[in-house]
Amino acid sequence: MTLSARVRIPQQAQAGEIVEIRTLANHPMETGFRIDTQGDRVPRRLIDRLTCSYAGRRILDAELHPAIAANPYLAFRFVADVSGEIVVTWHEDTGETLEERGFLEVRPA
Amino acid sequence: MSLPGPTKALWAIALALLASCSGGASPGRVTPDRVTPDRVAPDRVAPVTPEATPSPAGRSGYSYMGAELRALQDDSFANPGMLWVDRGATLWNEAPGGGAQRCADCHGEPSNLAGVAARLPAWSAARSRLENLEMRINVCRTLRQGQDAWPWESEPLLAMTTLVAHQSRGTPLDVRIDGPAAAAFARGQREFERERGQLGLACSDCHSRYAGARLRGDLVSEGMINGFPIYRLTWQTLGSRQRMFRWCNEAVRAEPYPAGHETYLDLELYLAWRARGLPIETPAVRR
Repeated sequence: MTLSARVRIPQQAQAGEIVEIRTLANHPMETGFRIDTQGDRVPRRLIDRLTCSYAGRRILDAELHPAIAANPYLAFRFVADVSGEIVVTWHEDTGETLEERGFLEVRPA
Repeated sequence: MSLPGPTKALWAIALALLASCSGGASPGRVTPDRVTPDRVAPDRVAPVTPEATPSPAGRSGYSYMGAELRALQDDSFANPGMLWVDRGATLWNEAPGGGAQRCADCHGEPSNLAGVAARLPAWSAARSRLENLEMRINVCRTLRQGQDAWPWESEPLLAMTTLVAHQSRGTPLDVRIDGPAAAAFARGQREFERERGQLGLACSDCHSRYAGARLRGDLVSEGMINGFPIYRLTWQTLGSRQRMFRWCNEAVRAEPYPAGHETYLDLELYLAWRARGLPIETPAVRR
């Protein structure tokens, strides 16, 4: 199953406004400790990192751990100051990544 | 390890006691008058008494949840069940292969199926059987699209079921129990009242008699099925009505029926009738 997620990136804001990005990843967050009905170990598969950059600056770098429930939901806020591209990236411990992009247009206050 | 007979019997009694009594009550069948007010969290839910139960519909499991989970269900972005609605929408517009038509080619927008989920399960005259939403989807898939049926509880079937049921959000459940469905309905009602498993509990023991009481830290709901498929935190994923039946059966230490078993279809019809008038909440979030 490929990575997929829902993400809501604001498109417009006034300079100085606090805006929010909401993310909901579609992910089992397998710890590697569970055993399936056949007695086999379910391989570990976690989203272990979520990053976000805004106009070329890193504004979020979150580490996720095995105790986090399936389909992790993360929301975070920041101050909109300049217009720029927003890139949200989920990193899986298998090396796979998923990127969602948006553009935030900032009007002068 | 094999336990000698009498020890086994003692264990069974001890387990039954643990499960059937929230407090220090005597063994055997429990009766409604033993639900004392202090076992019901007054700020969250009122004890279910005949007078307090609105007629004909009961109370949705929604009202048995805390404010946080209610908020999660109501948030159309953060509700994790919406991931399956999204995936269902992708499948809806995807060509199934072999030149077959897409769902969208016949039905147009998914919203054209609004209200359908509220009327299921229903008797199919063409196939002389009771059919629920999953079976209807697979009928379309096999007869119209010429594909293999999706297995029960498979991700694509869950996604499509959730997408279609989501279109009926807000529509009150309204199934027909007359005519050819009457026999199935009667069987479903008997199943609801039938004691089963090591603990000898019927569905009605918890979900009618003891709704509103506590089972350990949890509130027992009325077992209304208007939110399915549900995103269940216990499962960390989404599940169908039938998965819930199987889970409940296992919880009272009864052997569950296989998915799609006729008994579960009968039970689903009875429960849909029992929840009549309650608006569909798909995808609901439950504990």
